Amino acid sequence: MNSPVEPLHRALGLTDSELGDIRGVLARDPNALELALYGVMWSEHCSYKSSRIHLKRLPTKAEHVLVGPGENAGVIDAGDGIAVAIRIESHNHPSAIEPYQGAATGVGGILRDVFTMGARPLVVMDPLFFGELDDARQRWLVEGVVSGISGYGNSVGVPTVGGELTFDTCYASNPLVNVLCAGALPVERLVLGVASGVGNLAVLLGSTTGRDGIGGVSVLASAGFAGDDGAASLDDAKRPSVQVGDPYEEKRLIEACLELLDRGLVVGIQDLGGAGIVCATSETAARGGVGMDVDVSAIPLREPGMAPYEIMTSESQERMLAIITPENWSAVEALCAKWEVRASVIGRVVAPVVLEDGRSVGMLRVRDGFDGEVLAEVPASSLADEAPLYDRPRRRPEDLDDIRDDDPSLDEPVGSPNDDLLDLLIDPAWVYRQYDSQLFLNTVVGPGRDAALLRLAGPGLPASQRGFAISTDSNPRWCALDPRVGIALTIAESVANLACVGASAKAVVNCLNFGNPEHPEVMWQLSETVDGMSEACDALGLPVIGGNVSLYNESGGNDIDPTPVVGLLGIVDQLVAPPPGWAWRDGDTVVLVGEREAPGERTFPLGGSRWATLRGRRGGRISDFDPSRIVPVIDFVVGEVASVCAARASDVSAVHDVGGGGLAVALSEMAASTALGVLIEPSITHAELFSEFPGRFVMATSDFEAFEARAGSVRLTRLGTVGGGRLVIGALIDLSVEQIVTRRSGALEAALNALG
Amino acid sequence: MKRFGVVIFPGSNCEYDAALGVTQLGAEAEFVWHSDTDLSRFDGIILPGGFAHGDYLRPGALARFSPVMKAVAHFALEGGPVLGICNGFQVLTEAGLLAGALQKNRGLTFLSHDTTLIVASTRSVLTSEATIGQELVVPINHFSGAYTCDDATYESLVANEQVILRYRDNPNGSRGDVAGICNETRNVVGLMPHPERAMSTLLGSADGLVLMSSFVSAGIAVG
Repeated sequence: MNSPVEPLHRALGLTDSELGDIRGVLARDPNALELALYGVMWSEHCSYKSSRIHLKRLPTKAEHVLVGPGENAGVIDAGDGIAVAIRIESHNHPSAIEPYQGAATGVGGILRDVFTMGARPLVVMDPLFFGELDDARQRWLVEGVVSGISGYGNSVGVPTVGGELTFDTCYASNPLVNVLCAGALPVERLVLGVASGVGNLAVLLGSTTGRDGIGGVSVLASAGFAGDDGAASLDDAKRPSVQVGDPYEEKRLIEACLELLDRGLVVGIQDLGGAGIVCATSETAARGGVGMDVDVSAIPLREPGMAPYEIMTSESQERMLAIITPENWSAVEALCAKWEVRASVIGRVVAPVVLEDGRSVGMLRVRDGFDGEVLAEVPASSLADEAPLYDRPRRRPEDLDDIRDDDPSLDEPVGSPNDDLLDLLIDPAWVYRQYDSQLFLNTVVGPGRDAALLRLAGPGLPASQRGFAISTDSNPRWCALDPRVGIALTIAESVANLACVGASAKAVVNCLNFGNPEHPEVMWQLSETVDGMSEACDALGLPVIGGNVSLYNESGGNDIDPTPVVGLLGIVDQLVAPPPGWAWRDGDTVVLVGEREAPGERTFPLGGSRWATLRGRRGGRISDFDPSRIVPVIDFVVGEVASVCAARASDVSAVHDVGGGGLAVALSEMAASTALGVLIEPSITHAELFSEFPGRFVMATSDFEAFEARAGSVRLTRLGTVGGGRLVIGALIDLSVEQIVTRRSGALEAALNALG
Repeated sequence: MKRFGVVIFPGSNCEYDAALGVTQLGAEAEFVWHSDTDLSRFDGIILPGGFAHGDYLRPGALARFSPVMKAVAHFALEGGPVLGICNGFQVLTEAGLLAGALQKNRGLTFLSHDTTLIVASTRSVLTSEATIGQELVVPINHFSGAYTCDDATYESLVANEQVILRYRDNPNGSRGDVAGICNETRNVVGLMPHPERAMSTLLGSADGLVLMSSFVSAGIAVG
């Protein structure tokens, strides 16, 4: 128990200086409820107070961007009258405590962000990071998180089409559960979370409000609060602050909200996520420049005796806030009744207050009864937008140079490359077999490949032959060695993944998972990451249209490796035939497309490679980021694959990005998908076998001369001819395809079923 | 033009896909809310996949009490074709319109992947246009898909050719590799795999076409 003398504001996670700021805003002392509202809204999670000054440096504009960062989701114009909304978030801390519900409610939350924009959620992807599986707790986390995503996503009816699965000791105490959702809408249905029209009603849709998730965004659940306003006993306050999800409620909520939007019955709509009602009401009011009265007594509760601060900050799931005109209330009520979705008028839009200095300020007023006692009254924008911004100290880690000098690229090869290669093979099918990846009949390329590819179609959308592709990528191994270049290479890798399904990259969303921002090294990593991301996005012509920052991923004073995750959205103009997969055909020529050598100090860098990590080597140099070498290669591959998608005649039978594990793993994965091997003819060194840097593809063609002619100045290296049952690379690798298949398909299950 | 009713329970989620499955074949589809009680305007009824009423208690256990199910039973009794896909199959067994029950998969995990089905009988509204022994690649997507029934029921299903589809490589522990069955009058069919997900080579398989086309034609090749 905390000391009983701890001042209330500190128990709520506010610093003394933040209390001073609040006094300045209000020109008086805040009461306990008002402090609680600031406590959640000014939390790191809601306010981005440590990262916002850095995030401003990201490029966010492009002609096709309809909605950039700051809204519930980013939106681009995908053509044919269709817009695509996309968003990524983290649900790291809840998943560490309660993996099933943490992951499940992560899915629920991201779906609401997307359908809030008027978009029907069409796909979910889940980048997951755990500790090594030689530990029973990690296996419990993996199984819980995967079944939570499966249980919620499958039930709510949105296909899960991919993600990432990373195991590294740095996540042992801090698993990362990120979730991306994309949806589509007719362009004209685009709506924003804005309250407007004095006299309009604020309607709460969906679940009742309970005590689950209180203080999920801050440190509310601690001593010091009991007593002051008779709010809660300590026992109540200690309840788990992980929310509980109900996908069936969410499914009805999706259908009801999309029908409300289709019928033009709402003025604005906003989901309830972190910080619950206070966040939704203050954000919509602030965006609209209006005030809002909220009647806490009108909010349907799940349990009796809840105090106003609990009601206002509860993170109960499956709720939405709609702003409607009073004339539409009966129609809204009837529509919601049909979908068996609860709808309650809980507030109304009020005119801003004009201050003595002439400024007009929209006030959020919490009342007990519509015209009842005012329990709290604060400027809505002060909660939503005016948290203090911090430029926290940054420092390059002192040991970074030593770590980078400890470079495995310079090692003499040891051990057996055959064994190393087998150890690097892992098929995530155990995970994605548990996900419904096909709902809505759009999935052309599902989980387990370079990127997911779907038809751009769905209920209520105009007809289109376009497709959209999504890839989520991260490389904490690179980013630990050089966060600036590491994220740039990661983005290039992601663009390359999209190219493998014929898609041109159009937009980026990011989820920045870092350690404790009060550690100057972590702030340095974050700042470098933002700069590297900006450089890569500028060079590749990509706008960042949304993001999420997850800080304090530390345990026992140890921060996770910097783990910026990007989600890239690409478009295929004509998708009428599936792109080539990994399955090459007997007799085809196997070609390495792109420069063989990496730009930078090392020809074949092994720093930050999966091979080096396997060998326990975490130091070294990574490749430089050189867009002038990468872009022409990617453009060529996009053109080749898009041509297949458009059902034009093509000699290309297979394509795969050279990614994690390097050339050896890419060739193995291709061999495994047809049970046909290849004898690699050029001499390949040990370092080239396992080196990782973006801009290289393995492709197979039935007509190498024609392929070469189209490639123009893009460098091609003829690797060999498909045939036989073995993968042979010089004197280094000689494996039967059966060995590769068996090891790859069984690796994850074997690790999960290991005793211990 | 033939018109098919696609029943939506709270928690259904394959309703749009089921509707596409018949509209792609030139028929009309109309959503029917689970509280509706009149199905007389339809030429066929589909109970789509999903998790009706949250699958609380067990899949289909609550859905059988939805008002629409009385109408479905009446429609079936009149000889109207009724197709239950995945959760719809579970609902039909719970409602007593099809024999047996679906229990949790052998491996106790959700399974979503392609399976190869073997047509075991063409005497049903779902398989009339297929041929015996025909292999069809159709995906499954379920947690509770292991078909089970008592010995007498199983023997009678086999003897009456009511087992219409079997798995080539049993993924979930279903008794006798059963993937789909029909009732004695062959107008009510249920299967765990999703034929509506296998109607386009762009999406991986068009093998479900023969099944959906049989159903839309509803050409009952009875005895």
